[in-house]
Amino acid sequence: MRLTVDALCCRRSGRKIFSGLTFAIGPGEAITVTGRNGAGKSSLLAILSGRLRPDSGRLTVHDMGEAALPECLHAVGHRDGLKSSLTAAENLAFAQSLLGTKRLSPRAALDRLGLAHALDLPVAYLSAGQRRRVALARLLVCARPLWLLDEPTAALDTASQGVLAGLMAEHRAAGGLVIAATHQALGLEDARNLHIAQAAPRAPEPADDAEEAWA
Amino acid sequence: MGVIRILAALVARDLTLASRVGGSGMLSLVFFLMIVALVPFALGPDLNLLSRIGPAILWLSAVLATLIGLDRLFQADEEDGSLDLMTAAPVPLELVVLAKVIAHWITTGLPLALASPLFGLLVALDGTAMAATALTLLVGTPALTFVGAVGAALTASIRRGGLILAVLVLPLMIPTLIFGVSAAQSALGGTVPFATPLMILSGLSLIAALVGTFAAAAALRWSE
Repeated sequence: MRLTVDALCCRRSGRKIFSGLTFAIGPGEAITVTGRNGAGKSSLLAILSGRLRPDSGRLTVHDMGEAALPECLHAVGHRDGLKSSLTAAENLAFAQSLLGTKRLSPRAALDRLGLAHALDLPVAYLSAGQRRRVALARLLVCARPLWLLDEPTAALDTASQGVLAGLMAEHRAAGGLVIAATHQALGLEDARNLHIAQAAPRAPEPADDAEEAWA
Repeated sequence: MGVIRILAALVARDLTLASRVGGSGMLSLVFFLMIVALVPFALGPDLNLLSRIGPAILWLSAVLATLIGLDRLFQADEEDGSLDLMTAAPVPLELVVLAKVIAHWITTGLPLALASPLFGLLVALDGTAMAATALTLLVGTPALTFVGAVGAALTASIRRGGLILAVLVLPLMIPTLIFGVSAAQSALGGTVPFATPLMILSGLSLIAALVGTFAAAAALRWSE
């Protein structure tokens, strides 16, 4: 799949977060989104995942037939979307039947993230890092071309960060796309960087207050 | 086929959650029992009075019991990010809402209707009245749940929105209450045949199912 984003502008509660954001991403490519706290990294990912409506601008998906953008992606963010009273296996099985396009079984996916022993434990018993790994295992139980990761390494130990880097490399080798909002290198050293500059707080209608630095 | 599978997965998940620790599984049924049990204490042992107002008491209790757990219907999923996961499903949000409301009705409205003959004993209902009240509750509680779902969707992102939810949806439940009670009363005699208010009650449930599903989905989208 290919995704082009054209002159995207985001406004939340009347306050302009960023505007004029333009980029494109194709098979096997990765983009890291950086910017100061509050610059709109999470807002950008929320717009891409269809949870937030952009103020203006256009998102276009190519080579995916009729599927809308939210149906082509996995989003792993600060809120992990796991139910505490369900076991890791039940959470993943639910995600699998909800999102469709099965790939690995919940057991195999957790095994890849080194959490096979937590398969039948309620998620409430897991630590923050383990919960994050269960959420990341969702990336493996269903095949979707675009991965949207919001601070994916938060709460992860060094070993798990390495596993995640390996998973992303594997995903990109298979033609997948990764957009990650992160300050850590996390194995995306060859990725392009999209820097969101914060909109000037008092400027009335700045025309080009979001600059992009392509590294 | 895919759509049916996703709906089944959503309903199954919510039923599992309701049965686990922290779920509000049978809570509304217990609350229903509490209110119905309090009424004879308040009114005194006048069996004629109790059996006359019995259907109304059962219906009023059902309306209040429906509110239990309703505030968490969408809020719980909104807080932990599950709702974001559901927007990524290849089905419209309306179907997600429908599945969640059906699951909620199975854990609140359905047990309430099934247990109402038993609770009818507490307010001295006879056999006919028990059967009639149970049938009206079975037909009418979906309307209560769907109306409530709109309020639940509107207050999904508000902390402690339970009271606002009650204030929002209780007035909208009045038509269902009127026709539910009048159907149950008409089974006990009177000029109106039982079928007429029952038909209107079923109509109300169908309208609430349609309008409620779309309105709740719209409210969830709008809140974002």
